[in-house]
Amino acid sequence: MIGRQNFDFEEQLIFEHGSKGRSGVDLPECAESQAAAIKVLGKHLRTEEDQAQLAECSEPEVNRHYTRLSRWNFSIDTNSYPLGSCTMKYNPRINEWAARLPGFAQLHPYLPESRLENAKALIEELRAYLGEIGGFEAVSLQPAAGAQGEFTGMLMIRKALEARGESRHKVLVPASAHGTNPATAAFLGYRAVTVATGSDGLIDMEDFEAKLDEDCAAIMITNPNTLGLFEKNISEVCEKVHAVGGFVYGDGANLNALMGISRPGDWGIDVMHFNLHKTFTTPHGGGGPGGGAVGVCKELAPFLPDSGEQSIGRVRSFWGNFGMMIRAYAYIREMGAGGLKKASERAVLNANYIKAKLKKAFDLPYETDCLHEVVFSDWKQQKHGVSTMDMAKGLIDRGVHPPTIYFPLIVHGALMIEPTETESKEELDALCEAFLEVAKEGPERLRLSPFHTALSRLDEAGAARNPILVFKKE
Amino acid sequence: MKYFTKSHEWVSVEGNNATVGITQHARKQLGDIVYLELPSPKTTLRAGDVFGVIESVKAVSDLYAPVSGTVTGSNEELVSAPEQMSDGSQENPWLIKLTLSNTGELGGLLSAENYEKYLEEEVK
Repeated sequence: MIGRQNFDFEEQLIFEHGSKGRSGVDLPECAESQAAAIKVLGKHLRTEEDQAQLAECSEPEVNRHYTRLSRWNFSIDTNSYPLGSCTMKYNPRINEWAARLPGFAQLHPYLPESRLENAKALIEELRAYLGEIGGFEAVSLQPAAGAQGEFTGMLMIRKALEARGESRHKVLVPASAHGTNPATAAFLGYRAVTVATGSDGLIDMEDFEAKLDEDCAAIMITNPNTLGLFEKNISEVCEKVHAVGGFVYGDGANLNALMGISRPGDWGIDVMHFNLHKTFTTPHGGGGPGGGAVGVCKELAPFLPDSGEQSIGRVRSFWGNFGMMIRAYAYIREMGAGGLKKASERAVLNANYIKAKLKKAFDLPYETDCLHEVVFSDWKQQKHGVSTMDMAKGLIDRGVHPPTIYFPLIVHGALMIEPTETESKEELDALCEAFLEVAKEGPERLRLSPFHTALSRLDEAGAARNPILVFKKE
Repeated sequence: MKYFTKSHEWVSVEGNNATVGITQHARKQLGDIVYLELPSPKTTLRAGDVFGVIESVKAVSDLYAPVSGTVTGSNEELVSAPEQMSDGSQENPWLIKLTLSNTGELGGLLSAENYEKYLEEEVK
């Protein structure tokens, strides 16, 4: 599998191409308006020296520059991408066909309502599908991505508590939850309190009960958690939080393990965001935008961004990222209920296949059967001077995107692998082969990898300490 | 006397004055430090409070106060050059100095010997 990728040439910045005065377009003269503008600006007119230093290139130069850069892209369309908790599954081409249908692609949100009937029907149906998959009373499609979904959900919880005349100050977050959860809590002015993880990789119930009280606005739970393990006490956790008047926020980022098998709303989750760009095959960031739909229980429904007078208010312009909704809708319709269930079953099977193939080569901190992802530590490799970072770089040389590394923080040098259901057995075997190679490679070579990229090992500490964010011509 | 915590802080005590830092083990685990945030003087801390943030190329971690007290100073040199945490240019890179408000808490911390034992167990 080792071989040169498409990363084998250097490319200058766009500012280093072209030359002064060169342009890809000819604009008509506008001497009159230009003179008027100069007069209006007066002394505020920028001089030659303090003008913005824009690139000046011809069209072929621009086109070639970006086309060459596009060949550096590492994507799910070219290689395996087992980035844990990100659910980098294949984006079916039929989604793109649907999104490009002129009746959808040429819509504008300012069209008269009568011309938007089909789009509104799609939105309503998608809300119903997501509600059914997650077990929720109502769904809003407004949030633009997962983080905004979390923000929207927690805002609704805060508003619901205010409506009861209550002011609570803390939010419980298990150590194995997603990193965005405590950030969301803090952003809304809550104190995030970490709940410990037990030796089985699940919420430590003793610690949870010790920290739970009537000052808790909510607990934010990712299930399956970031160790890829199902929080089997989830219903008990929900009951206990409800008993003290708190809410349960569910992070739906790992929903790909559960479709058609178990519904978060049935466990007692009050509000959860869906990541359309994970579970429902719309493109990820870079190829985004995303989709962070939010599902809620009956009690929270009046507070949704698009509901009545108790609403928290709009969180996104117009209807949200409509293009993503078309793709998610196409995926759900194409798969059907049985297909979605099968996708989750295969995602879980694939992760367990990888776990079985790699568990001799890597230390496995939690033995329990995993769901959609598996987490190893670097204890074995560390003994001969190889770190997780070294192995991640070695994987790049083998045409594999590194897994999520150093997360969750509760695992030493974590390697979090999520293959998703769209990888075949042959792909999984090749993927495991690459992991097995880096697991036993010596530190001398691995510490210097990658070798098969345009730039080899980068100075990450240097880049973080002294970032150069603005290009300056010498 | 020097005491340790399971979250890898150390506290060195002389009378009522304490100096707090993170252990060599913690520095080694974190790798290259790129950012450090420490509290300003007069901040009051309870044992277990988050008193600062340390960021390495791997992760962002909270710093926990091993004991209660009032901050009397912080290592500004480290804040402006966090690489000094691990490049050996500071012999004993401390983070903050405190006036203790409850010396009784020291009994609940680990001795150097017990911290070593704890590390061995954790590594296993």
